Amino acid sequence: MSEIHDLSVAQLSKALQTKELGAVEVAKHFLNRVEKDKLGSFLSHNPELTLRRALESQERIQQNQARPLEGVPIAHKDVFVTKDFPSTAGSKMLEGYRSSFDATVVDKFAQAGCVPLGKLNCDEFAMGSSNENSAYGPALNPWNAQAVPGGSSGGSAAAVSARLTPAATGTDTGGSIRQPASFCGITGIKPTYGRASRYGMIAYASSLDQAGPMAKDALDCALLLSAMCGPDLDRDSTSLDIVEEDYTKTLNQSIKGLKIGVPKEFFGSGLALEVKSALEEAQSVFKSLGAEFVPITLPKTELSIPVYYIIAPAEASSNLSRFDGVRYGHRAKEYNDLMQMYKKSRAEGFGAEVKKRIMTGAYVLSHGYYDAYYLQAQKIRRLIAEDFQAAFKECDLIMGPVAPTTAWGLGEKTADPLSSYLADIFTLPASLAGLPAMSVPCGMSKAAKPLPIGMQLIGNYVQESKLLNAAHQYQLQTQWHTMSPEMTGNLT
Amino acid sequence: MSKSDSQHKAQAAQSMPLIQGYEVVIGFETHAQLLTKSKIFSRASTHFGAEPNTQACAVDLALPGALPVMNKRAVECAIRLGLALGSHVAHRSIFARKNYFYPDLPKGYQISQFEIPVVQGGEISFFVGTTPKTVRLVRAHLEEDAGKSLHENFIGMSGIDLNRAGTPLLEIVTEPDMRSSQEAVAYAKELHKIVTWIQICDGNMQEGSFRCDANVSVRKPGEPLGTRREIKNLNSFKFMQQAIDFEVLWQIEQLEEGRAIEQATVLFDPETGETRSMRTKEDAADYRYFPDPDLPPLVIAPEWIKEIQNSMPELPRSMAERFVNTYGLPAYDATTLTQSPQMAHYFEATVKACGQAKLASNWIMGELSRKLNEENVLIERCPISAAQLGEIISNISKGEISNNSGKVVLEALWASPTTGVAELIAAKGLKQVNDSAALEKIIDEVLAANADNVAQYKAGKEKAFNALIGQAMKASKGQANPQQLTELLKKKLA
Repeated sequence: MSEIHDLSVAQLSKALQTKELGAVEVAKHFLNRVEKDKLGSFLSHNPELTLRRALESQERIQQNQARPLEGVPIAHKDVFVTKDFPSTAGSKMLEGYRSSFDATVVDKFAQAGCVPLGKLNCDEFAMGSSNENSAYGPALNPWNAQAVPGGSSGGSAAAVSARLTPAATGTDTGGSIRQPASFCGITGIKPTYGRASRYGMIAYASSLDQAGPMAKDALDCALLLSAMCGPDLDRDSTSLDIVEEDYTKTLNQSIKGLKIGVPKEFFGSGLALEVKSALEEAQSVFKSLGAEFVPITLPKTELSIPVYYIIAPAEASSNLSRFDGVRYGHRAKEYNDLMQMYKKSRAEGFGAEVKKRIMTGAYVLSHGYYDAYYLQAQKIRRLIAEDFQAAFKECDLIMGPVAPTTAWGLGEKTADPLSSYLADIFTLPASLAGLPAMSVPCGMSKAAKPLPIGMQLIGNYVQESKLLNAAHQYQLQTQWHTMSPEMTGNLT
Repeated sequence: MSKSDSQHKAQAAQSMPLIQGYEVVIGFETHAQLLTKSKIFSRASTHFGAEPNTQACAVDLALPGALPVMNKRAVECAIRLGLALGSHVAHRSIFARKNYFYPDLPKGYQISQFEIPVVQGGEISFFVGTTPKTVRLVRAHLEEDAGKSLHENFIGMSGIDLNRAGTPLLEIVTEPDMRSSQEAVAYAKELHKIVTWIQICDGNMQEGSFRCDANVSVRKPGEPLGTRREIKNLNSFKFMQQAIDFEVLWQIEQLEEGRAIEQATVLFDPETGETRSMRTKEDAADYRYFPDPDLPPLVIAPEWIKEIQNSMPELPRSMAERFVNTYGLPAYDATTLTQSPQMAHYFEATVKACGQAKLASNWIMGELSRKLNEENVLIERCPISAAQLGEIISNISKGEISNNSGKVVLEALWASPTTGVAELIAAKGLKQVNDSAALEKIIDEVLAANADNVAQYKAGKEKAFNALIGQAMKASKGQANPQQLTELLKKKLA
């Protein structure tokens, strides 16, 4: 048998249920790896608690009361609030903050029998695409510690990739699950907006934020997604009133005759050649499975960047107002009056990127600019969503790159934030439209220390099962998702 | 121009007298706290007076990750008001965020309706004295209340109580249709009556359940609207009148002395009876309103409105009209009896028991109200039931007891409401003598004993007749039916 940490969620779950492995043994194995980790992917863990929960799972299995994911370890992005671990959202503002309640997603995984390993590093308040905006230092890419793991769910991607946890939660506002999954060579899915509850997710941009699973492959994502989705109408008004679904049921359907759209805007000159050729190879795999490719167009793709960087900061500027130092979180030590307390607390508590987005957001919402920026962006956002609906008349799924390149070097884009904003171009459209989208490993770069390449699949509303089905069929034919940095000797 | 617009103009033109040559223009913004068990976006209780911060949950405290969920009952309250005032209830309305920093505003923004409110238009008609008046509504929108900052008992610091944070409010905004402080107070009283009548607000002004802001300006007749100043948080009708009167005279004085009015928010100080500026327009914040992405548009199905329509009580105005038409009451009586649903119901139950509408009205507005006020008891807690009052009235109208005896019975019944009316009449010996034989006997005796009065009467002195009645009444120990006694005496003397 392979090493415990190389097992997928599906394999682990089976081994646990058949008592081939014990939940405590599994938890200890992963905790041991977490403690040795040098990638900075975890922000907090609590072995005592993890082992207690593992023991409970083990007892349930022994008493034949196992729940679907009993004993499977999971770690949560630090934007999900948890009672058992601090919840910082990667910000100094919330250093040591303890939530009085668990996020719905965290609770759902607990109800499914998952054992929590701890909390994962991310860009501060999920703002960023390199994890370098974390107040607790960046997480590193397991394939090359000089490279970024992507972001904002960089810790989640790095931890799964480095086999520190078999499963992680992430959140995706403009690509924050898909892009790090692509950079770290794992599989991740952002479901339709509203499919997973936002209750207990520390809000960045409410109309875009969506939780999703990150794991080794599509089967694992299907298992995890089935556990975390579902209506939460009493706690999240944007939750979709659609019953839970078992996404594993349709994984093995044939994709013969599946029409996959290829947007020409996703294959322009900005796309790195090695990414392009990896995608072409993936296309031939799909063709061999009987899928057909149809050219489509998403004409507003470029506009998704300015639209996103207006709407998301606008919502963020308001969402982050609650961090005022009054009730919880960082408060400046010295101040003379209320205004100074606000100013100093927020100046000290927030990092540079967060401040930049708060200011951008306040600007685009202010009197006299609202119509020109925010309102205009909302209109284009609707047009972007309409483009997708037109495209889905021609095809069942859309395929393209997740990012124009593989992971870039640490510090490479910090001086030029615009270039990292531009790198979001392929993930933003699906976020703005609220569509489900996923990242699937489909190749490795030719560098001395090869870096993973990801393919993006985008589906129509609530068609997560179609995405997962296609990805699973692809992964039955390919090995990219099984590769780990350890196997290539990259992780030292 | 709509019909009500033109009616309104006509009405405004012939309305209030000028003050020192100035016309007063007043518009109202009223915050009515809605009668819901839980808050507008959370499940925390709205009960007043709890220990600080014991009624604030994760949502009210704006903890990270907490999200708002609309309280359906608050929407129902808004719909009820819309239906009561003939407003348009929007099929789709939007919640927005009003962004500003303040310690008692936990999220750093207030959720309110901005561009598209749930209740649009409508009007309120009422009497100012005996003059009818109609005030048009601009809108009524749902929003959440903030918490309270406590500046006492915290040396050098402020305390924050978030129990009130998230309490549902309906902000009811009028056109600037009022032309005097009397009209303003009459409007506020009428609105107060309606919101309590339709049970969307408890109307408790001391506890802040019904808070009025008055926008006041003055102008020379025919000129465009003057610059307004907003008097905030008027929490009694008395202060409302005082504050507006002071503000009007202050503004006129400014203008007369050649100073322009600066748009401002002012507070009324009941101690000095003066208004003073809190902040001017220049200090006004940019609230950066935008639609709240946590709350989808509020969509109200026509079926729901219909359902609520069916549960609406008869409204005071139509009830008063019905009292005039059905019971033949004067308009004054009808208006007075429809000050509260409890009083109106008491009246109707009394009529049902005795069949005498005008007598019931007289007794409720007269003797019963006097007693209620004297004992400081609300009519819904009146120890005398409508059936009992009806029985008293029946006895009077049938001549069983005199009107004065009725008052005695009412007093006795108040003290001992479980005793029967008939029992009390008997116990107190209040029953009138209606037996003609007995009365004739008394009259004969009186006539015999007062021959001089008889002679005077026959000589044409009317007064002598009254003296004889008095003697007869005395002889009957006050229990003779006065009408019957008069008739019999006249017959004897004829």
